[in-house]
Amino acid sequence: MPPSPTITVDINQSSLNAAADEPVLNISELSKSYVMGEVQVDALKGVSVKFYAGELVVLLGASGSGKSTLINIIGGLDVPSSGKLFFHGREITAATEAELTAYRRRSIGFVFQFYNLISSLTALENVQLVTEIAEHPMSAKEALLLVGLGHRLDHFPAQLSGGEQQRVAIARAIAKRPELLLCDEPTGALDFQTGKLVLDVLEKVNRELGTTTLVITHNASIAGMADRVVRLRSGEIVEDRKNLERLSPSELVW
Amino acid sequence: MKPLQRKLWRELLHLKGQMLAVAAVVACGISVFVSMSSVKYSLEASRQRYYSRFRFADLFVEVKRAPEFYREMVSRIPGVASVSTRIIADVTLDVPGLDEPATARLVSIPEYRTPVLNDIFLKKGRYIEPGKPEEVIVSKPFLEANHLVPGDHISAVINGRKKELLIVGMGLSPEYIYEVQPGSFFPDKRRFGVFWMSRRALESAMNMSGAFNNMSLTLAHGASEKDVIMQLDNLFRRYGSLGAYGRSEQLSDRFIVDEIKQVGIQITFLPVVFLAVAVFLLNVVLRRLVATQRDQIAVLKAMGYSNEDVGLHYLGFALIPTAVGSVAGTLLGAWLGRGLMNIYGDFYNFAELVYSFRFEDVALSVLLSFGAAVFGALGAVRKAVQLPPAEAMRPESPAIYKPGFFDRESLRSKIPVSLRIIVRNLERRRWKAAMTVLMISLAVAILVAGRFTYDSTERMVQVEFSEKHREDVTVLFNTPMSPSVAYAIASLDGVLEHEYYREESVKMGFGHRVRRQSIRGLQSSEGLQRLVDKNNRRLTLPPDGVVLTKTLADILGVRVGDRMQVDFLQGKQLHREVVVSGTIDEILGLSAYMNLGALNRLEGDGGALNAAYLRIDQAKAATLYTTFKKMPGVAGIMMLKAMKESFDELIAQSMTTSTLILTTFACVLAFAVVYNGARISLSERARELSSLRVLGMTEAEVSVILLGEQALLTILAIPVGFLIGIGLSWLLAEGLSSELYRLPLVFSAYNFFFACMVIIIVSALSGLLVRRKLLTLDLVEVLKTRE
Repeated sequence: MPPSPTITVDINQSSLNAAADEPVLNISELSKSYVMGEVQVDALKGVSVKFYAGELVVLLGASGSGKSTLINIIGGLDVPSSGKLFFHGREITAATEAELTAYRRRSIGFVFQFYNLISSLTALENVQLVTEIAEHPMSAKEALLLVGLGHRLDHFPAQLSGGEQQRVAIARAIAKRPELLLCDEPTGALDFQTGKLVLDVLEKVNRELGTTTLVITHNASIAGMADRVVRLRSGEIVEDRKNLERLSPSELVW
Repeated sequence: MKPLQRKLWRELLHLKGQMLAVAAVVACGISVFVSMSSVKYSLEASRQRYYSRFRFADLFVEVKRAPEFYREMVSRIPGVASVSTRIIADVTLDVPGLDEPATARLVSIPEYRTPVLNDIFLKKGRYIEPGKPEEVIVSKPFLEANHLVPGDHISAVINGRKKELLIVGMGLSPEYIYEVQPGSFFPDKRRFGVFWMSRRALESAMNMSGAFNNMSLTLAHGASEKDVIMQLDNLFRRYGSLGAYGRSEQLSDRFIVDEIKQVGIQITFLPVVFLAVAVFLLNVVLRRLVATQRDQIAVLKAMGYSNEDVGLHYLGFALIPTAVGSVAGTLLGAWLGRGLMNIYGDFYNFAELVYSFRFEDVALSVLLSFGAAVFGALGAVRKAVQLPPAEAMRPESPAIYKPGFFDRESLRSKIPVSLRIIVRNLERRRWKAAMTVLMISLAVAILVAGRFTYDSTERMVQVEFSEKHREDVTVLFNTPMSPSVAYAIASLDGVLEHEYYREESVKMGFGHRVRRQSIRGLQSSEGLQRLVDKNNRRLTLPPDGVVLTKTLADILGVRVGDRMQVDFLQGKQLHREVVVSGTIDEILGLSAYMNLGALNRLEGDGGALNAAYLRIDQAKAATLYTTFKKMPGVAGIMMLKAMKESFDELIAQSMTTSTLILTTFACVLAFAVVYNGARISLSERARELSSLRVLGMTEAEVSVILLGEQALLTILAIPVGFLIGIGLSWLLAEGLSSELYRLPLVFSAYNFFFACMVIIIVSALSGLLVRRKLLTLDLVEVLKTRE
C-alpha cells in the first residue's frame, strides 16, 4: 500500500501545535443513513463539529444516537451519505479505499466495546499486528507496559479478564502512536472497578502522549474526565460544552 | 513469523477436523491422478523399452509353409528394415501333476544365439546349446505356475511323436506380454506356455527343413505398413497366408494398448469428482469462517490492513490444506501406483516393469488442485475483502426465514418442532442443501460405479463360462479334420456330448471397409456353445447368412439384411457374398457365426472341422486326457473350468484392490462432506442450540436438530447417488469398451445395498463425532458470546 501524502501528518510536528487554532478534525453537515434488514436507519443528521489537538472528548448519547456511526466515519471505516470530514484540512470523505487504509494505518487507533482481540493470538501478538504495519511504532511490549500488562504478554485473550483484554486493545491501538484515538464504549462490557482502570489508561495515554482522544459512552459519569463533552441524540448534536475542571478517573462515580 | 501468519496457523489447527477433511479429499483426487497417470506412463514406457530392446516386430505373417528364400525376397521390399523367419507349432504337453494335456507353443530360435526379432529375455538358466535338440527355453508364467525350473524335463507330443524336452532356461518375449492360448481371452498359465526351441530341431520334427511358417518384419522409418502388407499378401497367399498384420492386430499388444487406454480414461473420471467436492468444501468452510470472523476482519481493516492483506490471509485457509493434501496425495499416489504396477505385473509379462512418474503429471495435478482451491475459496475471500469495516462491526442481521412448504396449516400440526427447524433451515438455504446432497451423492456414485465393474465382470464370467459355453473341454485340432473325426471322438469312452465347429479365416468387406476375421461355423446354437449377448439374452443361429457381433457390424458398417463380401483365405480361396442375418452384442472380442452346413456350402467343400466341444464324464476324464495327449491331430485342449478358475484368481486381486481403494475414497468423500456440514451447522447454531438446552431440551433432542439435517440430506443423496452412479457406470462402460470387450451395464441389488450401507455408516460416524462437540458446548459461555 503506497503511503498517501495527501492525508498524512507528521505526528510529532502536530503534537507541538497542540495549542493551535487549526482543528485536527473538522466535520461539517455529516449525514448517514443505512438499511438494516428491511428498515432504513438515519444514524446521523447533519452533524457539524470540530476537534482540536490533544483534546480528550467524551461523546455522550443513548444507544442509537449515532455516536458509533460518527466515530466509524471519523475512523475511515464508514463513509457518510452526505457532508464532509477534514483531517488537518484534507478531505477524508473524498479519499479512495487505498487512501482510507493508509489513513487508518498511520493516524487512527481504535478501541472497541468488545475488545475485538484475535482469539488465536497472544496479547503481545495482538499488539504486534499493529506494530508490524505501522511506521514509527513503539514496541509491542512497551505498549503493553504502558497499559500495565507487562506480566501478561504471552496470554491468549481467553486467559485474560475483560479489563485486561480491553487494556490489550488499548495497547494495540496506541502502539502505532496514532494522532487520533477512537474509543467506542471502552468500558461498556466492564464492571465499575475494571472500567475505571481502563479509563485511567486512556487518560494516561492522552496526557503522556498527547493523543487526541474521542471516547464514546452512554455513561454520563464518564464525562467528568473529559476536556469537552459532546452530546448526541437521534443523530444530532444537542450539547457541546467544555469542562472547567478535568477529573481523574479515580474520582468518577457511577 | 508475522502475527497474521500466526493467526492463520493457529486457526488452521483449531479447524483441524474440517481442514483435514479438505486435505483428505484433495489427497484422494491427487493420488488417483498421480497413481493412474504414473501407471499409464510406466506401462507405456515399459512397453516401449521392452519392444525396442528385444526388437519386437512391426508386421507378422503366418503361412502354412513357405520356402526360406522368401526371406531374402521380402527383405528387398521397399520399406522393410529387417526380416526373421520362424517355425511355430502348437503341440500337447504332458505336464507332471496335470491329468489333462497342456499346450505348448513351440517357437524356433537360432541354434547359435544371434540377435533376432521378438528376441527372448533370458530370466533364468541359459540359452540352448547347439546340437542338443531336446533343449528348450520356457516362458516364465508357465514354469512358475507348474513349479518347474531349468533342469526339469517335460514330455511333448510333436508331430505325433513323443519327445522328452529339457528345460534349460526361463524366458520372456515382447510377443507374449499377455500370454494366452490362441482362441482364448484369458490366460491359463498352467496349461499354456511358450517353448523356444532350436530351429534345426523344429525343422526336423515338423518336416519343415528349408521352410518356415511364420515371418516377422520391422519397417523402415516412414514406410507404409499398408503397402508392405499388400505386397506380403500377394507373395504369401499361395502359401496359405491368412494375411499379414501389424501390431494393432497382435493379440498381446492389443491387450496392453487397450489397458493403457483404459487407465487413461480412469485418470479423468475420479480426480474430477474429488476436485469438485474439494471446491465445494472449501467454499462452505471459508464462507463460514469469514462469517464468524466478521468482527476480526473489521478490526484488521480498522488497524489499516489492506484488502489484499485480508484476502490473502483467508486464501491461506484454502491453500494450506490443499498443499497438505497435495503432498499426501502425491506420496499416496506413488505408493498406490507402485502397488497397481505390481498387480499389472501378474497380468502382463514384461522383461522389466519400470515404475516411474513424470514430473509434469504431478505438477499438473497439484496445479489443478490449487486452481480448485482458489476457485472454492474465491466467494468467501471476496466477501472478506468487500466487507465494509463499519458494517462488519455490527452483528450480522438475523437470517431471514419465511413460511415454507411445510408451514401450511394442514402440515404444520403434524410435524414436530424439531423437524420444522430442520426443514425450514433446509428450505431457507436450498442451494446449499442441494449442493450438499449432490456432494454426498457423488460418494454414493463412486461406490456404485466401483462395484459396477465388479458386477459387470461377474456377468461376464456368468455369460462366458456358464451361459455361452457349456462344454467341459474344447479339443483343438492342429489341422482341419474331415467330418468323420466325429465318429472317432464319439467312440471315446467318457464323452457324453460332442459338438464341432469349423473356423475359416476370411476377409470381410462392405463398401470400402475390409476386415480380417474368422467365421465360426456352429452345428447348433442350442447345444454346447450358444449365442448369448452381454445382457444374457440368447439368440438362435439362423440356418443361412452370417451373424456378426455388434461391434464387428459397426466396424464394417453393415446392418442386418446387407450383403457382405467374403474372401476365403484358405482352401479354394473363393470370393463369396453373404447376407448378414443377425447381430449379437457379445461381451468378448469380434466374432462372426454361421450355421456349419451353410458355411460348408459357402466354402464349397465337403466340410472340415477345427475343434470339438465335449462334455465328459468326470470319472473317466483322466483316461480321456491320456488319450488326447497321444493323439497326433490334437493341438491342445482348453478346459472351461480351469480357465474360469484362472480368470477368477487373476481378476480377484485386482478387483479386490480397486474396490477397496474406491470404497475408501468414497468413505473419505462422504465423511468429509457430512462432517463439514455438521460442523458448520454446529458453529452457525451453537447459540440457538444452547438456548434450547437452557430451555430444557435434552441432549438427544438437540442432537436430532443438529444432525437431523445431515441425516435428511444423506438420505436424499442416496437415490440421487444411485442415478449418478448408473450414469457414471454407463460412461465408464462406454469408455472402457474396446474391440476386445464390452462391459455389460449390470447392477446387482447388493451393489446398491452396499453403497447405501457404507454411506449411512460413514455419515453416522461423522455425525457422532460432531455430536461429541455438541455435548461439550459450554452453555453459559456460548450464550455470553456476542453474535
